Amino acid sequence: MLDGFAALGHATLAALQKLGRAFLFLLATLGGLPALLPRPRLLLKEFFSVGVLSLLIIVVSGLFVGMVLGLQGYVTLSKFGAEESLGVVVALSLVRELGPVVTALLFAGRAGSALTAEIGLMKSTEQLSGMEMMAVDPVKRVIGPRYAAGFLSMPLLAAMFSAVGVLGGYFVGVGIVGVDEGSFWSQMQSGVDWREDVLNGVIKSIVFGFVVSWIAVFEGYDCVPTSEGVSQATTRTVVHSALAVLGLDFVLTGLMFS
Amino acid sequence: MDAHIRIEGVTFYRGDRMIFDDISMEIPRGQITAIMGPSGTGKTTLLRLIGGQLVPNAGHVYVDGQDVAALSRSELYTLRKRMGMLFQSGALLTDLSVFENVAFPLREHTRMGEDMLRDMVLMKLESVGLRGAHALMPAELSGGMARRVALARSIALDPDLIMYDEPFTGLDPITMATIVTLIRRLNDAVGITSLLVSHDIHETLSIADVVYLISEGKVVERGTPDTLSNSNSAWVKQFLQGLPDGPVPFHYPAPSLAEDFLGQRDA
Repeated sequence: MLDGFAALGHATLAALQKLGRAFLFLLATLGGLPALLPRPRLLLKEFFSVGVLSLLIIVVSGLFVGMVLGLQGYVTLSKFGAEESLGVVVALSLVRELGPVVTALLFAGRAGSALTAEIGLMKSTEQLSGMEMMAVDPVKRVIGPRYAAGFLSMPLLAAMFSAVGVLGGYFVGVGIVGVDEGSFWSQMQSGVDWREDVLNGVIKSIVFGFVVSWIAVFEGYDCVPTSEGVSQATTRTVVHSALAVLGLDFVLTGLMFS
Repeated sequence: MDAHIRIEGVTFYRGDRMIFDDISMEIPRGQITAIMGPSGTGKTTLLRLIGGQLVPNAGHVYVDGQDVAALSRSELYTLRKRMGMLFQSGALLTDLSVFENVAFPLREHTRMGEDMLRDMVLMKLESVGLRGAHALMPAELSGGMARRVALARSIALDPDLIMYDEPFTGLDPITMATIVTLIRRLNDAVGITSLLVSHDIHETLSIADVVYLISEGKVVERGTPDTLSNSNSAWVKQFLQGLPDGPVPFHYPAPSLAEDFLGQRDA
C-alpha cells in the first residue's frame, strides 16, 4: 500500500521534472533561434529533410482523405437531396479539422520520429558532447534549425493537405458520382469563410507544429543515450504528439467555434 | 614547473556512487601527462570535469588559472576554443564529410575565406596523413581513420591543450603506432599540453612524461614512467604487469561461497 503511494509520488515528481526540463529546453531553443538569421542555409537544409521529404505522404493521404469525404458526404447528403452542398462539406471538414489534425499526426510519425531518432543518436554517439567541447552550442546549432523547420513546415503541409483533399473530393464528387460542378464550387465559395474557417485552421496547424516539433526535439535531446533509450524516445514522440494534437484540437475547437 | 591544469581537492559523485574522493593533481604545461587506472575509475569523468561538462561536488579545477566551474557560459566557451578533445568514438558528425568535419570548428568560430579554409583543412588532414580521404563520409572510415580525422578536427583551432580519451582502444597495432607517433609529434612540434587517459600500459608509458595512477577515487601513484616501473607498491606492480589478482581483487564483492551455495538449505 505504502509502496504504491511512494511509486505514484515518484512517478509524479519525475513527470513534473521532465515537464520543467522541457520548458527550460524550449526557452533555450527559442532564445537560440536569432542565431539562425545570418545562416539561412542551416535552416534550408532541415526544411528539406523535415518538410519537403514529408510532402509525398501528406499529398497522397490528403488525396485519399478527400476522396473518401466525397464518397461519404455524397451518400449522406443525397438522402436529404442536398448533394449540391458536397463541396462545402468536403472543404469545411478539411480546412477546419482534418487538414491540421491528420497532417500533424502524419508529421509526428514521418518527421517527428525521424527528428527524435537523429538527435538521440547524435547524443548517444557523443556528437552533441563533441560539439560542446568545440565550444559550439548544440541547442543553437542542431536543435534550433530542426525545431524551426518543423514548426514552419507544418502550416504549409496542412495547407497542401487541404488543397489536395478538396481536389480529391472534386474528382469523386463531380467526376464519379456526378454532382453538378457549378454548385460544387459555388457552394464551397459561399460556405467557407476566410477568417472563421481558413484562418482558424491555419492557427490550429501552427499550434500543432509548435507542439509536435517541441516534443520531437526534446525527446531526442533528453533521451537515455543507448539504443533502447533512443527507441523509447522515438515511440514517446509519436504517442505524446498524437495525444497532444488530439487534446489540443478539442480545446482549440471549443475556443474557436463555440 | 608551470601547471596548465590544477585539480584541487575535487570530490565528485555520480548518483550515490563516489567517483573522486578529494583528488588533487597538476598537469604540467607542454608535456604529455597520462592518467591511468582500471576501467570505471572515472578517467573520462575527469576529462569532462576539466572541460566543464560536469561540475565537481567539492573542490576546484583550474585551467590556465581559471576556475572552470565558476566561469559563465561564454567564458567557458572561450576557454574551450583553446582545448581540443579527442573522444574515444571520434564523435565525428555523421552527416558531414571528412573535410566538413575538420572545417566545422573553423566555420563556427572564424570568418575565414573559403580558399584559406580549404588550405587550413587540408593542412590539418595532411598532418594526420588523411589529405587523400577528405571527400569520404565518416561511415566509410575505419575506426583508426575516424580517430585520426577527429584528431585533425581537434587541432583545427590550434589549441594549447588536447585531451585524449582512450586514444589506443580498439586499434590494430599499426594504427596504434601511428596515433602514438602523432601524439608525440604534436607535442614536440608545437608544445601542446597533452592529457591522455588510457589503460594501455605499453603505449602510454612509451610516450608519457608524467603518469598518474588513479583507483577508487584516489591518486595511487605519480611519477615518470621509469619511477613507476621500479615502484615497490604492490598495487602499481599488479596494474603495470597486468596480474589478474592482487590488491585489486579478481572477484566483485560477494557473500562467501558457502553462504551463496549452501545458505538456502538452512533457510
